[in-house]
Amino acid sequence: MSPLTGQVINLFASVLLLIAFAMLAQRRIVTLINLFAIQGLALVGSTLTVAWATGQHHLYWSAGITFVLKVVALPLILHRLIRRLNVKWDIETLINIPTMMLVGIVLVVFAFNLALPISQFSQSIARATLGIALACVLMSFLMMITRSKAVPQVIGFLAMENGLFFAATSATYGMPMVVELGIALDVLVGMVILGVFMFQIREQFDSLDIHHLEQLKED
Amino acid sequence: MNLEGLVAQLLAMAVALVGAPLLAGWVNMCRAWLQNRRAPPLTMPFRTLHKLFWKESVVARDASPIFRVAPYIVFGCMLLASLIIPTLSTNLPMATAADAIALVGLFGLARLFISLAAMDIGTSFGTLGARREMLVGFLAEPAFLMVVFTASLISSSTSLATTVSTLAHREFAILPSLAFAGLAFTMVSLAENARVPVDNPATHLELTMIHEALILEYSGRHLALIEWASSLKLFAYSCAGLAIFFPWGIAEANDHVALLWALPALAAKLAIGGFALAAIETTLAKMRIFRVPEFLATAFLLGVLALLVHLLLGA
Repeated sequence: MSPLTGQVINLFASVLLLIAFAMLAQRRIVTLINLFAIQGLALVGSTLTVAWATGQHHLYWSAGITFVLKVVALPLILHRLIRRLNVKWDIETLINIPTMMLVGIVLVVFAFNLALPISQFSQSIARATLGIALACVLMSFLMMITRSKAVPQVIGFLAMENGLFFAATSATYGMPMVVELGIALDVLVGMVILGVFMFQIREQFDSLDIHHLEQLKED
Repeated sequence: MNLEGLVAQLLAMAVALVGAPLLAGWVNMCRAWLQNRRAPPLTMPFRTLHKLFWKESVVARDASPIFRVAPYIVFGCMLLASLIIPTLSTNLPMATAADAIALVGLFGLARLFISLAAMDIGTSFGTLGARREMLVGFLAEPAFLMVVFTASLISSSTSLATTVSTLAHREFAILPSLAFAGLAFTMVSLAENARVPVDNPATHLELTMIHEALILEYSGRHLALIEWASSLKLFAYSCAGLAIFFPWGIAEANDHVALLWALPALAAKLAIGGFALAAIETTLAKMRIFRVPEFLATAFLLGVLALLVHLLLGA
């Protein structure tokens, strides 16, 4: 195990964290989808590095699934979706962006502290990156909370899955193949269902702002 | 202080004084080329300085002494700053007197006095410029400090000379923290040196200018000193960035051959850096003043991330 491998994994982990922040601060939906694709690519890179360094062959498969699903398929579906929903305009966030970044920093510190005792028990080469994975998950949560439109919330949900997957590879060299396939299919199916939902929401309210969902009762 | 240290120190000062206007001229040249214009000669800033030094300085009737002393203080601050940044050699006797935090303080002092002087005259443009300058400064300073702290944590010293010699000697490693810090530093330098995404150095449009609004009332030798000081500031920022993030080619103590090579190395690095700056300025559009806090918050965020990533990953 050369120290360079560990450094490369750390590099990918930092890129993941950086992109999580970039998604948090991004106003445009199209750029948000592209950022999501790049995050998937970083995830593929780190998984491949872990696979190569540890000789775990099933990780190659999961890297392949991640690539097909999160770098190619889901961004394509999302791009088609926003073209058909015609929602390319700027998204307004509930909190302004500098404040959101400060909240993000607090979340990162919290996640790092939380992960520190856990990662000491792990024997994996990438155990230090567990904190980063946790931070990515928390920041995707934050993104889902602070966005008021449906499409960014879905992207936040998908990004959260990225963080979970990264946590799995970095802490325990990946989940069993069955679980991984299950999650991958779940995300895909969830995406399709959420897409249908978005069409329904727009049909009903002429907008994708989920605030309209607060008044579902007919007067 | 030994003789060699004194020589290195004087050499650093001379290089800063001559190199700063040359760097400003080089950036202007590159900008002109990228915009398909005929470039002014490289020595144009020297000619401007020469012209200004021979002109009479006109001072407003109700200007207080602050207005008169501010150019000298600003120039002195920038000269001191360029003395403690290792440009050619890390063997600087002055470097023990002030560390990187004091460097940030020096820039802050200069900013305070130039803003005071701008408000002193009482024109509305001066006050407006001073407020904007303070806004940019107070947001850029913490980000700059975060960058400095990251470099200091890696080298476990806040003295710039020690930091640079440690960074130049470490074995090759991919450090994501330094990459983040480098990005943050670039953004801070753009903001602090009144460069394009934040301020346009070539405009006198009253609604957008920041730096030019501060110095509208200055003329003659005062203006010359301030122009020289702002080119020294650009030089100091460029050299600090190059020394921290690309520390190769800077001479160590008692290394005379390396000192000879340090000057061409510095010139080459500055030429590339100046071209990159001109390219950034040509390709980006100036942002609204209300977007500046967001820009600098991003720089601060990157600085903090660098710090956290270093603490967690040890890299």
